Amino acid sequence: MVLSAEDKANVKAAWDKIGGHGAEYGAEALERMFSSFPTTKTYFPHFDVSHGSAQVKAHGKKVADALATAAGHLDDLPTALSVLSDLHAHKLRVDPVNFKLLAHCLLVTLSAHHPADFNPAVHASLDKFLAAVATVLTSKYR
Amino acid sequence: MVHFTAEEKAAITNIWKKVNVEEIGAETLGRLLIVYPWTQRFFDTFGNLSSPCAVMGNPRVKAHGKKVLTSFGEAVKNMDHLKEAFAKLSELHCDKLHVDPENFRLLGNMLVIVLAGHYGKEFTPDVQAAWQKLVAGVAVALGNKYH
Repeated sequence: MVLSAEDKANVKAAWDKIGGHGAEYGAEALERMFSSFPTTKTYFPHFDVSHGSAQVKAHGKKVADALATAAGHLDDLPTALSVLSDLHAHKLRVDPVNFKLLAHCLLVTLSAHHPADFNPAVHASLDKFLAAVATVLTSKYR
Repeated sequence: MVHFTAEEKAAITNIWKKVNVEEIGAETLGRLLIVYPWTQRFFDTFGNLSSPCAVMGNPRVKAHGKKVLTSFGEAVKNMDHLKEAFAKLSELHCDKLHVDPENFRLLGNMLVIVLAGHYGKEFTPDVQAAWQKLVAGVAVALGNKYH
């Protein structure tokens, strides 16, 4: 699965539109994921996952910043995400199935906040982008 | 068997009563065919599916989307008896249509994304969670008679 030139353009444009809302959307996506897919909470036993949690807000920002980095390096995701890739492989060891769950909740969040911009073509590009990020993050698992 | 609390049922029906089945059905199926193009394998007779524009404007996609979402309405009416409600459709999807049940999960998630787009703020995390439970229940029910 490869990001086409159009996909890259769509992803960059989407990230520009998101602007300063990245942290807010990251936190919302996490909250949606914890509500809809409670098994994902097993990776955060040390977190307060209730609505408005400061820990979830902070973690949402981390996720959003990483995705912004990825969006800025679409031609070389493995290098750009190398440190995070090591972290997920050797320390966090989040089961690969969970990346799809977070990706889905990120798409739900974007759809809810930007319905006019989240057209089918952009939706497809973002889905591919998030899948590509997940592939890189799990690439060193074994 | 899936059990829905009163709050979950309310969250689902409050959205469902506003849904234009024709519009939301068409958008859901259209996006499925665009975002996961391999799902087009079931629709060789549908004509032009060569671009997002072609898919979203395709009258057969719209009609089929409406059909699928109308059927989904049965799920909302039968939340406590999903397996029974979808038994016949499950047999059909296995024996006649030969659809991999993974596609039911993809379509269910697509419906959630489309609902989020239409209902924005109202589609809160709790509302989404109720709908995720419903689409998962429907996916399981539709796969239940496979052999």
